[in-house]
Amino acid sequence: MDIIVCIKRVPDLAEAGLEIAADGRGLRTEDLDFDINEWDDYAVEAAVRLKEQHGGVVTAITVGDEDAEEVLRRALAMGADQAILLDDAAFAGADPFAIATALHACIRSLPFDVVLCGAVTSDGASGQVGGMLAALLDVPQVALATGLEVDGGRARVRHEVEGGLEREVEVALPCLITAQSGLNQPRYVSIRGIRKVADVAIAARSAGDLGLAATAVGEAGSRVRLEGLLLPPAGKRAEILEGSLDAAVATLVERLRERGGL
Amino acid sequence: MKQVLVIAERRGAVLDEGVFELLTAARALAGGGGRVAAAVLGHGIGGLAAELARGFDRVFAFDDERLAEPDGDGDAQALLPLLARGGFDAVLLAHGNLGIDLAPGLSVRAGMPLLADCLELHWAGQSLAGTRAVYGGKVHARVVAAAGGTGAMATVRGGAFAPAGPGTVAGEVVAAALPAEFAPRRRPLRTLRPEAGEVDITQSERLVAVGRGIEDEDGLQLVRGLAAALGADLCASRPVVDKGWLPRSCQVGTSGVTVRPKLYVAVGISGSFQHMGGIKGSPFVVAINKDRAAPIFGVADVGIVGDLSEVVPALEAAIEEQKG
Ligand SMILES: Cc1cc2nc3c(=O)[nH]c(=O)nc-3n(C[C@H](O)[C@H](O)[C@H](O)COP(=O)(O)OP(=O)(O)OC[C@H]3O[C@@H](n4cnc5c(N)ncnc54)[C@H](O)[C@@H]3O)c2cc1C
Ligand SMILES: Cc1cc2nc3c(=O)[nH]c(=O)nc-3n(C[C@H](O)[C@H](O)[C@H](O)COP(=O)(O)OP(=O)(O)OC[C@H]3O[C@@H](n4cnc5c(N)ncnc54)[C@H](O)[C@@H]3O)c2cc1C
Repeated sequence: MDIIVCIKRVPDLAEAGLEIAADGRGLRTEDLDFDINEWDDYAVEAAVRLKEQHGGVVTAITVGDEDAEEVLRRALAMGADQAILLDDAAFAGADPFAIATALHACIRSLPFDVVLCGAVTSDGASGQVGGMLAALLDVPQVALATGLEVDGGRARVRHEVEGGLEREVEVALPCLITAQSGLNQPRYVSIRGIRKVADVAIAARSAGDLGLAATAVGEAGSRVRLEGLLLPPAGKRAEILEGSLDAAVATLVERLRERGGL
Repeated sequence: MKQVLVIAERRGAVLDEGVFELLTAARALAGGGGRVAAAVLGHGIGGLAAELARGFDRVFAFDDERLAEPDGDGDAQALLPLLARGGFDAVLLAHGNLGIDLAPGLSVRAGMPLLADCLELHWAGQSLAGTRAVYGGKVHARVVAAAGGTGAMATVRGGAFAPAGPGTVAGEVVAAALPAEFAPRRRPLRTLRPEAGEVDITQSERLVAVGRGIEDEDGLQLVRGLAAALGADLCASRPVVDKGWLPRSCQVGTSGVTVRPKLYVAVGISGSFQHMGGIKGSPFVVAINKDRAAPIFGVADVGIVGDLSEVVPALEAAIEEQKG
């Protein structure tokens, strides 16, 4: 079975103080840590499990610059067999459609039974690339998968649907599935595991290699323009209890009593 | 003066309430003299179409047994001719599970730009423009659809617009036919309801919610202690449930349980829209988080910035002391 998994390198946001870059279109990245997008970790795990069950080849692909190689290495350490980096200055400023266009141009020349994407990213958070890529590839897709089994040319997918329900559906291969968190328990990747794949060659492809004109990708090929980033309006802010831990906790107990919480 | 189409979502035999929020957004975008239409898909949906026609000027009702279950892949095929015919300046969907499943593919097939998960929408000249939350809600992005004369699609965040009240429009219901080439590619096998948990947190008056900040399963013990001191039930954000530390029935949020407590203590939770979307009834919200910039402090009433491994035991002790 040929399995393709699309992954993105994203900043770790949990405790980071974010600063908008001078051009207003991105973040200042100097102090940020980066890792694979959380949802893509589930997608890679699902891809590797399919290979372990059915045999075959897992190919990990990302659109990014050379720094994005680290998430490809991570996918290789988890069990992907090969990795492709779509890297070209022309890809800059891409909207989700332009990212899907680049991925499509790469994937259409590869054999595939299942394409896996994450449901959404933790940075851009649009949740569009997978569904757009499926439409460009003209294959059936299922979004927000929480269960996946492949058997006899068909995929049986459990996914999150309207009204907090889940539905089990069947689609023929080839198909595209987007992974919701909790689809599986991704395996642990050790530093040693990463080191083992340090020498695996990563194929790099430019827009030209993919047969794409520079005007079809990146900002020029986008249907949506990012005008700028801004900090959200302050709105209501919590009363932050300052001072020593004991003082803060004492005030909190006070507040809880006032509000009938105790 | 614009033409706006809203794609309604249904839950079994009822409309998703979100459609009336989309109606508010659509009316604002249509402007005076503009018209708003709705599309609804399903089987035996005459009643739903009539309900929509009280608020929308026109309702396209796709009524067919092959549409019995919502299916983002098949529904896109059904809707494509309506969009391809042109004439809609904007097409709106809720950014819920169906919108996520349906909108990206439909936008590509219809050749329309798609603005995802918008908090606000307006026209920038002739182009649809909006604001969306990125980077876990810590930053907002302003986005504009490329001008192309095709109209643009947008998915809209739940709660971003106030729902329109009961309408008196007496709109026209149009029976919309499926395209001849309609061939759904998904076969629905069964629909699963979430399993009920031991504790029904929808009934809880006090909740202590635990998030990814606990780092490991041992952190749960700490928070259990606080919950016990407060006489509260324990619930969680999705990552804690995904890791298998607590059952799915404990997950609060848009893909979990909706709760209506009087007190909600969020421990190590960043305050994502999907989590907060499950909390109704304006409880008193307490946040404990070590990141001063966490979005949870934008929705909580009171908070302590600190490491939960220190704050939680101290709070538990102070509460116990108070009880005497
Ligand atoms: C903060 C921020 C805001 C942005 N906002 C917008 C915006 O509103 N409108 C706009 O037009 N552009 C925007 N962009 C630029 C750019 O569109 C996105 O970063 C990119 O297109 C992917 O979109 P996403 O992150 O929302 O991915 P999603 O659509 O959420 O990604 C879903 C899945 O697609 C796959 N995928 C996504 N990106 C890649 C990639 N680079 N390589 C391989 N697979 C990938 C992964 O499997 C991922 O899990 C934004 C970028 C950033 C960083
Ligand atoms: C379609 C869809 C549906 C979803 N549905 C839901 C849902 O129903 N419910 C839900 O919860 N999520 C849902 N999510 C996931 C959601 O987007 C967030 O990823 C999730 O809510 C984040 O959970 P969290 O706040 O626990 O984790 P994080 O966002 O990782 O936040 C952890 C927080 O803990 C803090 N922290 C870390 N260590 C400490 C410490 N030692 N002391 C104090 N604070 C600390 C950090 O500062 C951070 O703010 C959904 C996502 C999608 C795409």
